[in-house]
Order: sequence, then structure tokens, then C-alpha cells
Amino acid sequence: MNVIKIAWRNLWRNSRRTAITMASVFFGVILSVAMTSMQYGSYDSMIDNVVKFYSGYAQIFDRAYHENKTINNTMELTDSIRKTVQQTEGVTHIASRLEYFALASSDEITKGAMILGIDPIQESYVTDVAKWVEKGQYLKEGDDGVLVSVNLANYLKINIGDTIVLYGQGYHGVTAADLFPVRGILKFPLPELNNQMIYMDIGTCQRYFGAENRISSLVIMVDDHNDLPAVMRSLKASIKDPLTVMSWDELQPELVQMIDADRAGGVFTKIILYMVVAFGIFGTIIMMISERIRELGVTIAIGMQRFKMAGILFTETVLTGLLGAASGIIGSIPIVVYFYNNPIKLTGDAAQTMIDMGMEPLMYFSLSPFVFYNQAITVFFITVVIGVFPVYKAFNLKINQALKA
Amino acid sequence: MKVIEIKDLVKIYNSSEVQVKAVNGINLDFEEGEFAAVVGPSGSGKTTFLNMVGGLDRPTSGEVIVGGTNIWELKSRKLIDFRLRNIGFVFQAYNLIPVLTARENVEFIMHLQGRDKHERNQRVNELLTAVGLGERMESRPSKLSGGQQQRVAVARALASKPKFILADEPTANLDSKSTENLLDMMEKLNKEENITFIFSTHDARVVKKARRVITLDDGKVTSDEKK
Repeated sequence: MNVIKIAWRNLWRNSRRTAITMASVFFGVILSVAMTSMQYGSYDSMIDNVVKFYSGYAQIFDRAYHENKTINNTMELTDSIRKTVQQTEGVTHIASRLEYFALASSDEITKGAMILGIDPIQESYVTDVAKWVEKGQYLKEGDDGVLVSVNLANYLKINIGDTIVLYGQGYHGVTAADLFPVRGILKFPLPELNNQMIYMDIGTCQRYFGAENRISSLVIMVDDHNDLPAVMRSLKASIKDPLTVMSWDELQPELVQMIDADRAGGVFTKIILYMVVAFGIFGTIIMMISERIRELGVTIAIGMQRFKMAGILFTETVLTGLLGAASGIIGSIPIVVYFYNNPIKLTGDAAQTMIDMGMEPLMYFSLSPFVFYNQAITVFFITVVIGVFPVYKAFNLKINQALKA
Repeated sequence: MKVIEIKDLVKIYNSSEVQVKAVNGINLDFEEGEFAAVVGPSGSGKTTFLNMVGGLDRPTSGEVIVGGTNIWELKSRKLIDFRLRNIGFVFQAYNLIPVLTARENVEFIMHLQGRDKHERNQRVNELLTAVGLGERMESRPSKLSGGQQQRVAVARALASKPKFILADEPTANLDSKSTENLLDMMEKLNKEENITFIFSTHDARVVKKARRVITLDDGKVTSDEKK
């Protein structure tokens, strides 16, 4: 008779009570899995949005540029840097950008604008700007035209085929002034971007600012965000000062803080949920011990060592929790899979908030294994803590009193 | 040959205001092969006495020496192991493990002793056949009558090949027929295998079968008769 066999049979001697206890764990786990899945699905979606909307998974730039985003602090993109990054395992695409400000004019109207020089082909693997083209067409490689964001275009009263004047200061103080035909109008989900963005080919942009072969940043994409830590380690080892490499979370600390705050809220809710589950299990264990006190006394009386008795009771406790957790995890899989494939569509103010943040108004679910095994680990931990009680009882049982129970 | 020596055994229970001497200076010896009954009115100290002899309840003072070992000098784990290898118990309420079959209940104690499977199987078959339950080996306690459960309890007590068996009112919950059968079976085992049995009892039928009757009153031995 091994410990697990006896514990298993003991578990089912009061099958209804065991089933009720397991059911409390089952529903607790389903709720927790669904909540965790929704949280992590939302985080993944937010990160994906941020990464694919602008920052990429990582960027290389001059350390001085990070402190002061002037065109004089841009970096030279050498073949050596390009080759090093491209050959880093896990990196799928790189896209260079040159970013600065200029005055945009049309007839008698002038407004400050952000000029973003991009590689039209490579950029499509990062932010896919082409999908925001509302009118006209996307840039071609070496294109001498520009894409203007919708609010800026409206303000300047320009349209496809019109010409825009850009006037500003280029690299090391050269005057940057030129005329550019408008190829397309961009409409982003973020009003802030719609007010000020002008996109052009990076070669055209470098010539305009007199910054030949200079870029403000080299954007890096990886296939799977789980590869990012390894990619970052490798790049940090190979990229030398004054250049530096930063991942999306270093570039967007406010997003990380927001996720951390939300995660902390989720942890608090789950603590309450699991406390309810824990007290359910604990109640059952107290009942189980008090009902069997005489039997425990007899078993020790006839020669079972207390540690073996403790082992049986501990196993029963852990089995109760783990069986409930396993059934909860199995039960939650179809629910999570359904919502993974059919994200919850938000409506009203919540939807508008998401749209304003440049995100789709959908609540995504995650199918990450972490979502599931985390619950099993939590329930295991809870049962181990609760399991201390029967172990204590086994070691402190007074046999003569137990026999009279 | 002496199996048990009991010297100046005392058990005092301290309640809030009064001290109760449940066992008050008992000196007794038990020889191998005895079939002894400890009798006396309720509260005379029978169960307390048996519990102290069986290593279940620590005496306030005195010694219980089994095979040269003062069992109350043993540490907790050693004492449990000593009980496992030297003492068999039969309780009033049978106290079988409900989730184990009759076979498993008897086998359980040998499992704790670390006996191999072949030996366990052989002894379980012998014992359950000897107590007349060869056909009910795979039944769980809930499927057995009180008499049958007590037979399994006796088989379990014998399974460890103990030096002696302590039976606390073993017939208290049994009907006449079951009592008769159980006593016959225990008497047979006592005679054929020379196993020492010590009962605490109120039951006149047990007293009648016993070859030694020790009477307790107020925790003291008032008579010790050998038939």
C-alpha cells in the first residue's frame, strides 16, 4: 500500500465532499485562467501595437540622440553595423529612419511638421505605414514625393498631386529647403500623428537634411518576442559606444508601468479568488481530519510512523487541489480558445479609448502555456501551505485521546 | 518466560481542581502464552492500564518492560516501531482502515514492517483463513458484519507476529454468536501458537474463557486469580 494509493482511496471515501471541494477549485481556476488569459492577451496586443505602430522591438541609435533628439546626434549607418545586426540570430528585419522637424508650407499657410524618412520596403515589415494611406499611394523606393497626415494636409489645404514646401535646418546647420509632390494622405488612429506627420523615402530625406548616410535610428524586428532577450544580449555585446541598443520596453517605460500596474491589480483580484478557494480546501481538510481522528490514532497505535501518516494526509490535500486545478485547466481550454479566436469586441467609451490609443477595440485572449501552468503552480502552492495543517496534526496527535474520539 | 513486567505503574490525571489516580501502583508480570482478562467496574482503570502496557499512554511513573526493554524509555519513533514489531492491538470498535479491504488491512501492518510481498500474501491467506474469512478477503470493512470486522482486527493484530496481543473490550459490540466465535478463535490461536492475549473486559463470557483474571478497582489490583 503506497502513500498515493491510500491517499487516493481516502479522497473518495466521501466522494460528494471531495467533488464539491474540487468544484470550488475548478471554478476558481477557470475564472483565474480566463482573467489571466485576457490580461496577457491585452498586454500582448498593446505591446504588438506599440512595436508595430512605431518603435519596433528594439532600436539602435547614438547615445547622444537618446538624450537630445537633434539631427546633429544622428548616427552613420555603416555596412559593418548593418551586417552585425542582420547576422544576429533572431533578427528578422531592420529598417533605418531619419527623423527631424521642418516647417511645412503651402501657399500662405505654414505649420511645424515631423519629417520621417523611411525605407519604404523595410518599413512595411515594421509599422506597415501603407495601411494608413487613406488617399493616393504609398512611397516607392527612392521616391521624391511625400506622404502627409490627414489633419496636416487639411490645414495646409493640399491634396494628392499638390506640392508642399519644407523648410528647416539640416545636419550641422545647413539650410534644408525643397519642394515635394504629395503622393498620399495618411490617416492614423492617433490624432496627434494626424496633425504633424510627413513621411518620405530615407534617401530623399537624407539629401534634404544634408545628412548623407545618416540615420536617427535603426529599427529591429524579431520573429517572436520571446527571442528578444537573447537578441538584446547579443546586440548589447556587439554594439559599441557611442551607439546603444534599447528594447521596446526601455523605449516605452510608461507602457511597461501601465502593464505592471494592471498586472498588480490582477494579482490582487487573484489573491482574493484563491483565498476563497484556499479556505474551501482548508475547511474540507479540517473536516476530514476531525472525522478520522480515531482512525489516525489507531493507525499510529498499530505502528505507522507519524511522518508516513503526515505524508498520506499531505498527499490527500495536494491531490484535492491538483485534481481540481487539472479539471479547471482542462475546462478552461475551450473557453480561452474560443475567445482567442473570437476576441471580445468593446463598445462605447471603452472602444473609443482604445481607438484613441491607436489600438483595435478588441479584448484579446492569450493562449500562452504560462496562463495555464501558473494556475497549477498557484493551487499546488496553496495546497502545500494548507497541507502543513494535517502534517502538524499527524505529528501532534495524542493517541490515547484519538482512540477515545 | 516473562513477556511483560510491570513495576509500580501509576497514572495520574490532573483536571482543573482534582487529581485522579487512574492507575495506582500496579505490579504485574505476564508469562508467554497467557490468556488473561483484566476486569473491573467502569472507571477502574482497565483501559488506561492496557494503554500504558501497549505504549499508547505515558504513565506518570513506573515501568513497562517487554522483552527486557522499558518501553517508556524509548523515543517516540522507536516506540512506534516497537509497537509495530512486538504488540498486537484489538480495539472495541474494530477500527479497521475503511478504505482498505480485509486483505489489505491485514497486509498493511506487514507492509509497515517491510516484509516482502510473497511473505505478506502467504501470511494474510493463513490468518484470514484461520479467522474464518478466507472467502471475504476482498471485502471492505463496510461490507462485513461487526463480528467479521473484529476477526479481521484479530488477524491484523497477529499479522505482525507480536509478542502479545492487547484487546480492549473486544466483544463489547458483538452479539452472542459472534462473541462465542471470536473467543473460540482467539483461544485456539493462544493454544496452538502460544500467543499471549490480555483482554480488558466486562463480558462474563470472556472472563469464563480466561485462564487468569486480574481485577482492578480504583486503579489498584484487588485480585489476581489463575485458573
